[in-house]
Amino acid sequence: MSIFSKIVTAIRGGASEAGQAVVDANAIRIFEQEIRDSKNAIEKGKRDLTGIMADKMKEDRKVTELSADITQYEQKALQLMEKGDDTLALEVAEKISEIENELAIHKNASSVFETKIASLKELMKKAERTIRDHERELNMVKTTESVQKAQSSISKNYGSGIGKLGDAKESLNRIKAKQQEREDRMKAAEQLDSENGAGTLNEKLAAAGVGEKSNGGNDVMARLKAKAAGNK
Amino acid sequence: MSQLENIAEEISAMDEGQRGGMDFDFQPIPGDQEVMQVIIEGREELPIFLAEADSQLLCICYLFSEDEVQADKRSEMTDLMLDMNMPMPLSSFGKTEIGDGKHMYVVFGALSLKSTAADVVLEISTLSANAIDAIEALSEYLA
Repeated sequence: MSIFSKIVTAIRGGASEAGQAVVDANAIRIFEQEIRDSKNAIEKGKRDLTGIMADKMKEDRKVTELSADITQYEQKALQLMEKGDDTLALEVAEKISEIENELAIHKNASSVFETKIASLKELMKKAERTIRDHERELNMVKTTESVQKAQSSISKNYGSGIGKLGDAKESLNRIKAKQQEREDRMKAAEQLDSENGAGTLNEKLAAAGVGEKSNGGNDVMARLKAKAAGNK
Repeated sequence: MSQLENIAEEISAMDEGQRGGMDFDFQPIPGDQEVMQVIIEGREELPIFLAEADSQLLCICYLFSEDEVQADKRSEMTDLMLDMNMPMPLSSFGKTEIGDGKHMYVVFGALSLKSTAADVVLEISTLSANAIDAIEALSEYLA
């Protein structure tokens, strides 16, 4: 059964208070052991992988070398055949055959190493997944326990229980009343500000038709005309 | 100093703008598990609790007790809560036992332990606003 299901069962059974284990300690120990095993497997896997990859590189290098040798001997054999020296050509051909046998061995070794590398990588991936998975599940257990403990601290601190805190509706009303009061105060302050400010006097004067407020182009024209008449 | 105390100190040292114009009061709560109570000025009735739980930082705000819900409308309300979980920014609805078989509905958020003080401020202020909106929106289910 997954840890998730175990926690569901425990909570349905009412084990949601502090001190009540949601998952038995043995299961947790097994999980932790499996995480440690997987981590060790990955460490060992990394070391093995380095070794095998080096071995494969060695084989691959040998394959390249031998292939080059074969090409060279083949050219030589062809030259000898052109010259009609079939005896020596046969000797070279035998040498080529020998190298080809050796080449096959190294090619085979390389492919064996390649398979090993692939399966080692797959094994490490699996171990990583196990770790991730187990850690997530352990996390769930530990979080459940932490929440229970936190809950118990909060409840104790609030005496007969956090439930005392609210009647939720009443709390909401009180918060809203406070918010309203704050807004009212801010509005009042704004009003006071604007009443005391210089802006209002000008606004009042303008409203009364007195003051600096321009009444448009006609006013300006009239003023300019008056000025022009005065200058004459 | 614990992680929670660090966060509390950092937030207290922030300027008004960084705190989103909110004033926070932090109060550690004694017990087996470290819990930090956060009170937002003007919202004293809805404190928020921060608790470090293994790999995450839980922020919890209690909404109302199961007793406060009209019994015949409870499943309709919890269904609605599930529907609302995804649209609700940063927080989720939950339910928790507070002892003596008494259960409370909560809104909560879970943060990484690597969260910055600014992340926590955003979480707390969003959680508080979500809690107020939730009680208001769900008040028709309350007795």
